[in-house]
Amino acid sequence: MRIELERRPDVSKLFSILSPFIALGLTLFFGGIMFMMLGKDPFAALYSFFIEPLTEVWSLHELAIKAAPLILIAVGLSVCYRSNNWNIGAEGQFIMGAIAGSILPVVFYEWQSPLVLPLMMLLGMLGGALFAGIPAFLKAHLNTNEILTSLMLVYVAQLFLDWLVRGPWRNPGGMNFPETRTFDATAILPEMIASGRAHWGFGFAIIAAILVWFMMRYTLKGFEITVLGQSQRAGRFAGFSSRKMIWFSMLLSGALAGLAGIAEVSGAIQQLRPVISPGYGFTAIIVAFLGRLNPLGIVVAGLVLALTYLGGEAVQVSLQISDKPIRVFQGLLLFFVLSCDTLIHYKIRMMWYDLNDTTGEGAR
Amino acid sequence: MGIYEAILLTVITAATPLVLAAIGELVTERSGVLNLGVEGMIIMGAACAFIATQLTGSPYIGILAGIAAGALFSLLFGFLTLTLVANQVATGLALTILGLGVSSMIAEPYLGQSGIKLPQIVFPVLSDIPFLGAVLFKQDLIFYLSIALVAGVNWFLFKSRAGLKLRSVGDSHASAHALGINVIRTRYLAVMFGGACAGLAGAQLSLVYTPQWAENMSAGRGWIALALVVFASWRPWRIIAGGYLFGAVSISQLYVQARGIDIPSQFLSALPYLATIIVLILISHNRRTTLINTPASLGKSFVPDR
Repeated sequence: MRIELERRPDVSKLFSILSPFIALGLTLFFGGIMFMMLGKDPFAALYSFFIEPLTEVWSLHELAIKAAPLILIAVGLSVCYRSNNWNIGAEGQFIMGAIAGSILPVVFYEWQSPLVLPLMMLLGMLGGALFAGIPAFLKAHLNTNEILTSLMLVYVAQLFLDWLVRGPWRNPGGMNFPETRTFDATAILPEMIASGRAHWGFGFAIIAAILVWFMMRYTLKGFEITVLGQSQRAGRFAGFSSRKMIWFSMLLSGALAGLAGIAEVSGAIQQLRPVISPGYGFTAIIVAFLGRLNPLGIVVAGLVLALTYLGGEAVQVSLQISDKPIRVFQGLLLFFVLSCDTLIHYKIRMMWYDLNDTTGEGAR
Repeated sequence: MGIYEAILLTVITAATPLVLAAIGELVTERSGVLNLGVEGMIIMGAACAFIATQLTGSPYIGILAGIAAGALFSLLFGFLTLTLVANQVATGLALTILGLGVSSMIAEPYLGQSGIKLPQIVFPVLSDIPFLGAVLFKQDLIFYLSIALVAGVNWFLFKSRAGLKLRSVGDSHASAHALGINVIRTRYLAVMFGGACAGLAGAQLSLVYTPQWAENMSAGRGWIALALVVFASWRPWRIIAGGYLFGAVSISQLYVQARGIDIPSQFLSALPYLATIIVLILISHNRRTTLINTPASLGKSFVPDR
């Protein structure tokens, strides 16, 4: 058997909407098989993985808390990927944003003012943007592959945070635990609505998604991003600079990842610890693709992936299995998303005979 | 055994997985495919090699399991990028994410178990040569394999007909297709070779480097291997030079600490990653030489027109 692709004359509208759903369906199917192999009832497992977290108010709040960083980061990444700049170091930019934003509540903890919170958010964006500026500079001016440099910097950021919370920033009154002092009330991002814990990070995420969606759809910048991403040459003829685009997309995604970092630390954790992210920066890559690199799609995709985190915690309790299936689910999902995207541009044909046997039948 | 021999031995142990993963990826990239899933294939190899060794008691079966795991896992990548022409960068990332997840799930029951170390193979007479004997001829099978693989790949790429075809596929898939070379099949084989090498690198980690299983024990080596291929400008022998350089950097922290120099350990742990960035800058800043060395079709999908 062989599989042949035939290019569609036009992009299939039907499949550009359907493909993420087909991917989700396939992930659920294979996820069910995985649970069966672990010796669990697949329906009960999938129920507590994907439905149960949606049935209570507090867990909906948790969903928003987990979705916020995913959406914020993925929205920035979508601009990068659309313009063909492969920033995969958002995890590092998230951490550096969290560190930069935490300077005020950790080092200048005595300063309490309504200005603290907005300044923290700005510092977070600045920290993330500057850190993303390193691979941007290296790519734009020294021709260095941004995939590898941005990824390497993730490890550097993780080690830097580890050093800070064990060394200079360790809480003097913290019994030697590797964590900073807890933030003052003026440095904590408030809840969005009174019914639960969800903080304003989710609000930031929605605002960012709408703004970037507007930019991509209605502004010249959005057009420039798309053109340069599809063909650098065409972009050059139109007078667009791919060097400036590297800077723009990397700084934007770095700033959003940094904002996600400081919002997470200030809203959910309220201090710095050696590990502040369960891999949000990498999961956001899946979010970006599941949302088909469209900011509004990313909002939905972010909620779906946030659900996998919650569901993972839920099955740990209800089925006594480890949290490991989360990563498998997320990996499978990205695989299926990428393979289903083929359906948008190509018709897939299964050929049940070997073409080599028919070579004598004339030119095809 | 003197201190220099001891240092050299640790450098070799740290460098071997990098050399292995990089030489496999080099062949893959020479065929025009950029597989960013090296990290995922290494960790799958490490997990499967460890599990097989624990189950059978034989680290040699472990090695085979590691190789098979890497090759089979790379087929997933091959199917998506070659048959379904999915984006190579994104699919490589997916392979890494999936590999880290699957490996930590299947090997979880083996956490904390002490493994079986791959025994040394001692060459008689040769191993008695002062200094070099202990370093080069008292090693485990995987070390010998790593050197043989580099030599073999060098011969294959530049002296054999099949190697020439593989390079032509990587440099211009359209021309190679027109000449009647089966582009997709060549690339499948190259991807699987890369997967097998990465799997072997993983087996080295869980059978030689630290004979046990730990989650994420590949610790970014797959990404360093990818950087090594760029560093080597796609030439096999330079992989050894680069691999050993990185091996030396990554173990330098042990010696700095042993000498009691007061630098925070985190800064030393960051050294290999920073070194990778610096090396990448030095190698890539000249656009012309980069352009000459890089396989021209690298990262581009190919759909044969019929």
